[in-house]
Amino acid sequence: MTARAGVETIGVETIGLTMRFGAFTALDAVSLKVRPGSFHALLGENGAGKSTLVKCIMGFNRPTAGSILVGDREAAIPDPRAAHALGLGMVYQHFTLAGALTAAENLVISRDDPPGIVNWAKERAALDAFMDRMPFRAPLDVPVNRLAAGERQKLELLKQLYLGRRFLILDEPTSVLTPSEADELLGMVRGLTETDGLTVLMITHKFREVTAFADTVSVLRRGRYVGGGTVADLDHGAMAEMMIGDRQIAPKTGRTGALGAPVLQLEGVNAADRSGLKEIAIDELTASGGEIVGVAGISGNGQTELVEILAGQRPLRAGGIRVNGKPYGATRAEARAARVRYLPEEPLRNACAPAMSVAENISFHDFDIQPDGARRFWLRPAAMTRHAAALAAAFKVSMASIDSPIASLSGGNVQRAVLARELSGDVDLLIVANPCFGLDFSAVAEIRARIMAARNAGAAVLLFSEDLDEILELSDRILVMSEGRIVFETEGASADMALIGQHMAGHA
Amino acid sequence: MSESDIGLWSVPLAMLGGAIRVSTPFIFVSLGECLTERSGRINLGLEGVLVFGAMAGYGVAYETGSAWIGVGAAAMAGGAFGALHGWLCSLPKVNDIAIGIALMLLGMGLAFFFGKPYIQPVAPDLPAISFGWWSDAPQVVAALKVNVLFLAGFALALAMAWMFRATRIGLAVRVVGDSDDAARALGLKVNQTRFAATVAGGALAGVGGAYLSLYYPGSWNEGISSGQGLMAVALVIFARWNPIACFWAALLFGGAGALGPALQSVGVTQGYYLFYAAPYVLTLGLLIATSSTTRQLTGAPGALSITR
Repeated sequence: MTARAGVETIGVETIGLTMRFGAFTALDAVSLKVRPGSFHALLGENGAGKSTLVKCIMGFNRPTAGSILVGDREAAIPDPRAAHALGLGMVYQHFTLAGALTAAENLVISRDDPPGIVNWAKERAALDAFMDRMPFRAPLDVPVNRLAAGERQKLELLKQLYLGRRFLILDEPTSVLTPSEADELLGMVRGLTETDGLTVLMITHKFREVTAFADTVSVLRRGRYVGGGTVADLDHGAMAEMMIGDRQIAPKTGRTGALGAPVLQLEGVNAADRSGLKEIAIDELTASGGEIVGVAGISGNGQTELVEILAGQRPLRAGGIRVNGKPYGATRAEARAARVRYLPEEPLRNACAPAMSVAENISFHDFDIQPDGARRFWLRPAAMTRHAAALAAAFKVSMASIDSPIASLSGGNVQRAVLARELSGDVDLLIVANPCFGLDFSAVAEIRARIMAARNAGAAVLLFSEDLDEILELSDRILVMSEGRIVFETEGASADMALIGQHMAGHA
Repeated sequence: MSESDIGLWSVPLAMLGGAIRVSTPFIFVSLGECLTERSGRINLGLEGVLVFGAMAGYGVAYETGSAWIGVGAAAMAGGAFGALHGWLCSLPKVNDIAIGIALMLLGMGLAFFFGKPYIQPVAPDLPAISFGWWSDAPQVVAALKVNVLFLAGFALALAMAWMFRATRIGLAVRVVGDSDDAARALGLKVNQTRFAATVAGGALAGVGGAYLSLYYPGSWNEGISSGQGLMAVALVIFARWNPIACFWAALLFGGAGALGPALQSVGVTQGYYLFYAAPYVLTLGLLIATSSTTRQLTGAPGALSITR
């Protein structure tokens, strides 16, 4: 590990770092050491304290106790500016580039001393010279929101290097990338640690990336340091055990039942995408009873629009949707008659009225319908509450009270409450989008088991997910969407991950 | 040459002259609104600022005898309204649209209250430059009499476009308007930037008001504004938050506003009031034509409360 001449290689060490928020201890005396020039992975479940730890290092949080050493010297880091001055930088999970600005504009404005008047000729020359020194490039003149996720993530990385940071924290940098993009990016980062003396601390939950790219690893669980060491000495089983502990995970439901008749049929569907510049064109898509059809793809390739088409939120320019052989326009009456249910992404925003109570939210399907199917004018709050409470209990929704606003529930519980509503009664077609986004390990297993149970009960399930592992685990059949079209189809059991990744990236 | 020589040509000519005359307040208000919205905030109070600026400009110009001091006073009054809007909106859980409507009513009310004594007196006019010296036709000379503020507005549109592209302040305003998170990650002060943009936007709207009372129509009365401040908001959306497009859109709106008087001057009297409604119909039409239920607004600042 030879650093470039004149550039310092710095390591970071925490000693007994503790962070309390009121009575809650997010970090409990965590001591870990990131050697200069190493690629260190930080593993842990949601809520294990990974983000709190790096926020302390970056000066967003002031630790309650303990100290931070930067380059073997104790450092006071009261704010992010101080962290930057020490050469520490962070690439966030969400993008921090301003989407309306071009890459060049983003880089220039992110400097500590942006010039009052930008001499673009001079700046462009300097940026081009900088790009020539880097192992990878990014387009400089395109507004950032037109770049693909992988390009944007590269640009985030380039920005940190442009700003002269020597110690980089990467917060789940590959969560929005295809497997091949992720490998490319992490390979580049790895190369920078070897040749440029960069030090990297990467938050992740993907074991594959840890074994393939990191030198050393630390594992956090419930705010404590529970183990770590050299990656070469640890296998996936050992890391999983440290991460999860000895907790019971809901067992995977097996696949049962036979393939039924086609339920959902799309033919020649054509619609505008969100920007209005490109089109969504689905020539043919069928989902039959008793199967899960997984739709994989990188975000922004038309999956959101296709869900909107299926939910009647996006007008069709051509083609048609049929459910159980009948034309389907996704009105409330049609959805009820055809027994179509939806679990959209970000359910609190897309499937709930956040300020209304859990009971009311669970009753959205049938609050105005009498058991015999006739319309009801006067609501029956007591019966609604009883019905909702029973469903909430069956789906293990944990909440202060059935009358609390649904916005006060945690992400996993909102997801369970919406599932309770959507999976009550008979379901012929279930449309699910990113059901496990942002949920922790045990909630994920449970939600997936519910979806599998719906399939086993004979429903056709259309599963949209950006998490390829989820698609591979659940699907009987896998479709890949790219540029608004279905570009690839494969059986779930015999799926080739690399091939799917190539089609997702549009390189096949 | 006599009047009959140019015949029906007088309609487009009058519209051109009218467009230049009528568009100037649109230019200033829309550039002010453009700046404020680019920082991620909407100031609907600019209608009130415009009317108050008209009153303040006229009053001060009358008292001091200098139209330019009046313009300066109008800018300062507009800046003060902008500061009030910016400060109120920087408080937590305050809605910028509601505050804007409240300030619109407050500005108009205060202008009528303080403006009562200035309805009769005559204040000095702003100077205009005559570009029609080469022609003998009185219509041409009249149409090409261009006020200094119109030229200043054109220069300002160019300057603002340059500022957004090539200055630190311009880039900072765009980042703040695009995303609070991105701005904080860069260490930019979100509230201060929006405050400054709102103050500057208010000052520009105040200048637009001074033009109304000091040049065209050129007197102070309570009906001086016909909703230019509100229409400027629509105009900014139509211009996709681009200062130079704001300038051309303002000219278009000005031309529509001049349609009624121009037709009247050649003797068309049928549907006379309908032509006066042209700018409003144009506003509605453009907003409907450029909106879509399935597309996102391109160019809209991401942090704006209407796009969130």
